[in-house]
Amino acid sequence: MRATEGTSYGEAICRGFEHLLANHDEVFAIGQGVWSPWYVGNSMTGLDEKFGRNRIIDTPVSELACTGAAIGAALCGYRPIVIHPRMDFMLLAVDQIVNQAAKWSHMFGGQTAPAVTIRAIINRGGEQGAQHSQALHAWFAHVPGIRVVMPSTVEDARDLLIASVLCDDPVMYIDDRWLYARMSALNPVEERPLAGEGPVIRREGTDVTLVGAGYSAYLCEEAAINLAADGIDAEVVDIRVLNPFDSARILESVQRTGALCVVDGGWGPAGFAAEVITSIAEIAVPGPLKRAPLRITLPFAPAPASRALEANYYPTSEKIVAAVRQLL
Amino acid sequence: MTEYRSELGGLADPASHQTPLDVAGVDPAMLMGFLTDMLTIRLTEETIGRLVEEGLARTPCHLAIGQEAIAVGIPVWLRSGDRVFGGHRSHSHILAMGGDIFGLIAEILGKESGVSRGMGGSMHLHAPSVGFHGCVPLVGATIPIAVGAALAARMDGKGAIAVSFFGDGAAEEGVFHESLNLAATQRLPILFVCENNLFSSHLDILLRQPSDRIARFADAHAIRSLTVDGNDVLAVAAAARSLAAHARSGNGPAFLEAVTYRHRGHVGPKEDIDVGVRRTMTELNKWKLRDPITRLAEGMMATGLIDEHRLDSLRENIGRKVADARARAEAAPYPDPSALLGLVYRSADARH
Repeated sequence: MRATEGTSYGEAICRGFEHLLANHDEVFAIGQGVWSPWYVGNSMTGLDEKFGRNRIIDTPVSELACTGAAIGAALCGYRPIVIHPRMDFMLLAVDQIVNQAAKWSHMFGGQTAPAVTIRAIINRGGEQGAQHSQALHAWFAHVPGIRVVMPSTVEDARDLLIASVLCDDPVMYIDDRWLYARMSALNPVEERPLAGEGPVIRREGTDVTLVGAGYSAYLCEEAAINLAADGIDAEVVDIRVLNPFDSARILESVQRTGALCVVDGGWGPAGFAAEVITSIAEIAVPGPLKRAPLRITLPFAPAPASRALEANYYPTSEKIVAAVRQLL
Repeated sequence: MTEYRSELGGLADPASHQTPLDVAGVDPAMLMGFLTDMLTIRLTEETIGRLVEEGLARTPCHLAIGQEAIAVGIPVWLRSGDRVFGGHRSHSHILAMGGDIFGLIAEILGKESGVSRGMGGSMHLHAPSVGFHGCVPLVGATIPIAVGAALAARMDGKGAIAVSFFGDGAAEEGVFHESLNLAATQRLPILFVCENNLFSSHLDILLRQPSDRIARFADAHAIRSLTVDGNDVLAVAAAARSLAAHARSGNGPAFLEAVTYRHRGHVGPKEDIDVGVRRTMTELNKWKLRDPITRLAEGMMATGLIDEHRLDSLRENIGRKVADARARAEAAPYPDPSALLGLVYRSADARH
């Protein structure tokens, strides 16, 4: 499963930045730590030297103002990417994301919208604890007016970044540090409209549909391989685009498999797994499901710092395999 | 409890600054423009107040009656390409920028021909064709957005500036400080304009801050500032001229604090709505004697630039324009129901 050759997910993000900065003069990046070698892993290495510190702007400790400034520049014709090295800290900027970026198209009658990309990095594990660990994609999937994407593959890490930045709507692009070492060969860049992107089937199967986004989709792929060894043929759907969410691909899959397991790195209550299950459950009675749907999420508690508690906190492919065996 | 004292002194005292403006040496055409624009804002907002009283407008309307001089004294120094942003009390800004009276009233009535296509109401106005790039009611929210517009202006390299209008309450939001710091460290071409009307909703500034002088925050961020009588359009214009030039020169941001008072409550047309904590009718009546329009008109009369008869006919002409705009706005259609879902995302969904 784990490829060791090609480009890493982290480097692929950097390739995406390079493509955008080299080909689109209106693109710039702004955020804390973008001149630092360690804030954003290897995902922006050398960009400030290559493209200049006028286009790669490191900032004061001001998530809210920097996000607002990116929105303001976007309203004036630029395509900024504002970087939040940890999603937890991005919460300081929620007014600008939810009340401003997401609303300007609708409340001004479709006459304007900030073509801003808000890059939120999920960065957890390693005993970082409650405020350095959160995956809050569901919050933003709830809000009309901002597109939300979560790449799980190396190619998506690059290509969804490019599509996000070239989209005329505000987009939240959520990447995951736990994917940065994932390796794959990369095809040449092809710019595609984000509005044309949505969930894809990563692996075909007939017994159960596994659904996830970002790192969870990767876990689903790993679990599917292990389930195959047990003779269980799992189909994997990578959500990729959470807002606006299109469940059609998942419904088609579940109509074939009759079983649904949703994996999410967020919490269960009012979370994205619930949205996925509802989108299938509300289709019809009795509906395509032959078994009760299953969701694998975080325990409903903040991330613990202690290694003893952290070891069992996050979903793993082993947990998925065990749960699916029980489901079937 | 310590009672904080006014640092603004006479600027915050309605009994001072009541005399007619000294208009000697000022271009008569500019004076007539100021008078016309302030009267246009006053009469339009009085009409909007009546629409609220009559139940025709339900959207929360925050009127700037009494504060017109600030909105009017700034755009005269702006150029095509400059970008202005406002807040919840921005009818005056959009009109002073040359925004359409009909478009404003139609927006307030939720009509499709409103400046925001009827989707925003009073608090979400948008007229980029006249340089007004948007206002929103989340306090302080457009301040960093204006900073971003200034960043864009610097990247464009065409000498444009951004202007950010906000009130004294916004100075209590964290984003205000973040934005001043970001603008100062990046040396951005932006003019911050604080309309200090001494009240945030019902609460007196000295019950909210240890000083009533907002420009002290500009000092803290090494931003050049001036504090002026916001009911003196000539003082506002003179300060704005120098500060806008500073912002345009590439030497970093500038900050204008203009001290004023609103005649109406925080929201809606009533004068007495916020009376009760420290705002009194006695104080309001004193501030009415410091009215920015009366002071300019009397100054112009004193030098023979206008007389009672011409002032009346100016008022009548503007009144007719506003009445016509109101009638057309009332008759205009509402947005199509498809606008509800059709405007959420700007780029078309290519998946279906």
